[in-house]
Amino acid sequence: MSVATIAPSFGRWRGTEFALIVFAVVLTLTAYAATGLAHNKHLPTDMVTYGLGLVALFGLAHLVVRRFAPYADPLLLPIAAALNGLGLVLIWRLDLATADKARAAHHAVPRGAAPLQLVWMCVGVALFVAVLVFVRDHRRLQSYSYTAMLVGLALLVLPAVLPASHSEVNGARIWIRFGAFSFQPGEVAKILLEIFFAGYLVRHRDLLRLAGRRVWRMDLPRARDLGPLLLAWGVSLLVLLRESDLGSSLLFFGIFLVMLYIATERGSWLLLGLMLFVVGSLIAYATIGHVHDRVTAWLDPFNNHIYNKPIGSSYQLDQGLFGMGTGGITGTGLGLGRPNLVPFANTDFIMASIGEELGLVGVMGILTCYLLFVGRGLRAAIGARDGFGKLLAAGLAFSFALQVFVQVGGVTRLIPLTGLTLPFLSYGGSSLVTNWVLLALLLRISDAGRRPQTPPAPTPDENATVVVRP
Amino acid sequence: MNRPLRKVAVAALLMFVALLVNANLVQVVQADKLAHDTRNSRLIYDQYSHLRGPIVVAGQPVAKSIATSDTLKYLRVYPQGPLYAPITGYYSLTYKYSGIEASANDLLAGTSSNLFVKRLSDYFTGREIQGGAVVLTINPRAQKAAYDALTSHHYRGAVVAIQPSTGAILALVSTPSYDPSRVSTHDTAANTKAWNAYLHDPDMPMLDRAISQTYPPGSTFKVVTTAAALSTGSYTPDTVIPAPDKLTFSDGKPIGNFAGETCSPSGKMTLRDALRLSCNTAYGGLGVRIGSDRIVSQAEAFGVGRALSIPLPTAISRVPRETAAPFAAQEAIGQHDDAVTPLQMAMVAAGIANGGEVMRPYLIAQERAPDSSVLSQATPHALSRAVSATVARELTSMMETVVTAGTGTAAQIPGVVVAGKTGTAQHGGASPYAWFICFAPAANPSVAIAVVVENTTPHDTGGIVAAPIARAVMEAVLGK
Repeated sequence: MSVATIAPSFGRWRGTEFALIVFAVVLTLTAYAATGLAHNKHLPTDMVTYGLGLVALFGLAHLVVRRFAPYADPLLLPIAAALNGLGLVLIWRLDLATADKARAAHHAVPRGAAPLQLVWMCVGVALFVAVLVFVRDHRRLQSYSYTAMLVGLALLVLPAVLPASHSEVNGARIWIRFGAFSFQPGEVAKILLEIFFAGYLVRHRDLLRLAGRRVWRMDLPRARDLGPLLLAWGVSLLVLLRESDLGSSLLFFGIFLVMLYIATERGSWLLLGLMLFVVGSLIAYATIGHVHDRVTAWLDPFNNHIYNKPIGSSYQLDQGLFGMGTGGITGTGLGLGRPNLVPFANTDFIMASIGEELGLVGVMGILTCYLLFVGRGLRAAIGARDGFGKLLAAGLAFSFALQVFVQVGGVTRLIPLTGLTLPFLSYGGSSLVTNWVLLALLLRISDAGRRPQTPPAPTPDENATVVVRP
Repeated sequence: MNRPLRKVAVAALLMFVALLVNANLVQVVQADKLAHDTRNSRLIYDQYSHLRGPIVVAGQPVAKSIATSDTLKYLRVYPQGPLYAPITGYYSLTYKYSGIEASANDLLAGTSSNLFVKRLSDYFTGREIQGGAVVLTINPRAQKAAYDALTSHHYRGAVVAIQPSTGAILALVSTPSYDPSRVSTHDTAANTKAWNAYLHDPDMPMLDRAISQTYPPGSTFKVVTTAAALSTGSYTPDTVIPAPDKLTFSDGKPIGNFAGETCSPSGKMTLRDALRLSCNTAYGGLGVRIGSDRIVSQAEAFGVGRALSIPLPTAISRVPRETAAPFAAQEAIGQHDDAVTPLQMAMVAAGIANGGEVMRPYLIAQERAPDSSVLSQATPHALSRAVSATVARELTSMMETVVTAGTGTAAQIPGVVVAGKTGTAQHGGASPYAWFICFAPAANPSVAIAVVVENTTPHDTGGIVAAPIARAVMEAVLGK
């Protein structure tokens, strides 16, 4: 294991974090006010309560960080707060459009998604607090590796084995539903499996790293060590075949592959994995109609024939693109576009809503937030002093990056469309809560990495944060 | 493990760079194409979300938008729907738009560059974007007179009236018509139902017969042939030409007169009498003698062969060059392959009325900003010189005798000298197309008219069917 020869010591930067949280709340309130003004011609009446509520919620998260992870990275929490706050405004904005439409058709106005999302946001922050309070040392999680694996795998494949009536919503079999209660287990499984991968790979990395043969400048692993890789591949294919969940399948395999590569430092694993990915993709394309549809819709989305297909059409993708095209560089302004024309505008296609109303500027801003989040997450991995923490943080941060890439890339037609949610922005409890937990774990690992190993000598200059030791 | 971690970080960075570049492609490079895709219904919602300007005739809107309570904020209505439908067109959620609604869409929608400054100030003051108004050249009394005259007899036909000195269109009627309000509702099912009913109606109410349909002009075309003959300098109205009972050819179908009549017992007559009585054999022979080239050039000088935008797009009238004598003869009397719009024949009458100069016809008198300030005012433009002033005078006097003592007596108006020409065009069907072209007052014309009626009876002629309609329109314009 590479032990850091330079052990940096960091300031706490908690004041900065709080200031950025206030900025995130101001940003959210500005968006809220703009939407209200555009739609109702007056400011939302609950601006003050809403603002105070957000300050209280994020302030609580901040205080918990201050108390339980005082050295954690100061950027992660404010970014999450800003994304979550903006997401909430967008969901509310789409609720307004739904309500308008219902009123115009003289139907009953359906219950909005935003209040529910607000509840999930509180649950998310509560779990965030719980993780920071109860998981004082992330290394303890390593001993739960196999438990995490069992629960994670069970959650991942559960929708595939449950009857459709308990697992299918809008054609995607990725849910667990009992009565009014429903959640997407894949989201939770993601974190559990990352814990398992980190624990497993840390324990077996030397074996996977060193045993093998050298074939033409490439260290190939032994056939018998291929087991875990093939297993992960098999599970992801199973998920794809049984649940038609292209996104989770891709995410799951991608995370495993990248964590394997980081643990072993061997490109041959990556190459093997990519080959398996190509084979899997070809199998999926050839055998699964749903995947085939997604690819044709991606290649030729404006073809009228494909656009008008009753099933597997490019309609949703095109409507999203039309919206983003209409938004152009500066967007129509919040509340002034028609993002509700895109099916699933508040979940899978929330980026199209942003592109339409906030324009390219908004999209680039949001992407930059995500990039910063991923960057700080990977920085936490690099700074982690233990192998498990390093791998876990890398897995969490990279899964976040991959999810954003696959999600936004799908909506903007960079790659074929898959069904994933956009972290912190999309409507959906499972996803939101999971991402708050992910954030808490990253802060925990970041805190451990930045915490001074010996009490730091008091420095008069707050900004001189890096102390180089011999 | 930090080495591969850094590589993963670079990979993540590249993923985001790809996303950012792609977002720029979608929202900048392809933005315009995406935004204007016909399947992007945002365009329609936007169009309906601000007040579209009215189309105005003599101070009264013939197309206007009214506020509604449904998701589309404004509804387009046409207070006198069928009367103005061939001009206004429709503005439909389901079928886009047509007519002036299409031609002047930028101004009506408020997106015209003329309105840029206004739009900019609206943007900063938060005022809603409004469209400008289009003021038509139409004389409402002439329009109504033409429409009523056609519909009272359930005629399928068209009337075009032009102010000869300017080219301003005073009436443009096509019957039967349709109600644009019925295809412009916010209920797409109702639009479709009305649309299909119109579409499958054998009378084709959505066909704008005045400008989109061509007909053989029949004997009204003899005016053009006369113009060509007079312009050669070898003919005057008093030149005597052969007028046999039958014009025969060694290599084609003979030409007879209407109902087999005899034009002149002597077998010859003056050009003036040939026009007055509309003698086919005389004009057939004349056509062969002066030749197809001259006739075609003369027709083109009146506007035939041109794609005109008034600004509604119009069908191109055609008079093809003929080399064989029987066809040249047919061409000279407005048969064979001659195909002209009622607008074109109105331009022929207007050109003669205007001393030989054809003015470019137009429908839009003014474009006004939402605050009623005038953005642009139509200025008359000459299209071409068809004949010299002398020939125009000669033609006028000949056409006067058509109305005073010829086939067009039904167009007489007490106290007004009317110049006209009848036409009864055969087209293979049982009943001919009845035509009348005219202008008045002959000395100082204020209106030139073309009338066509499709559904006549076999014994009807232009003089019986079309001339009275033209008279009604002239009376409306002249205030008689």
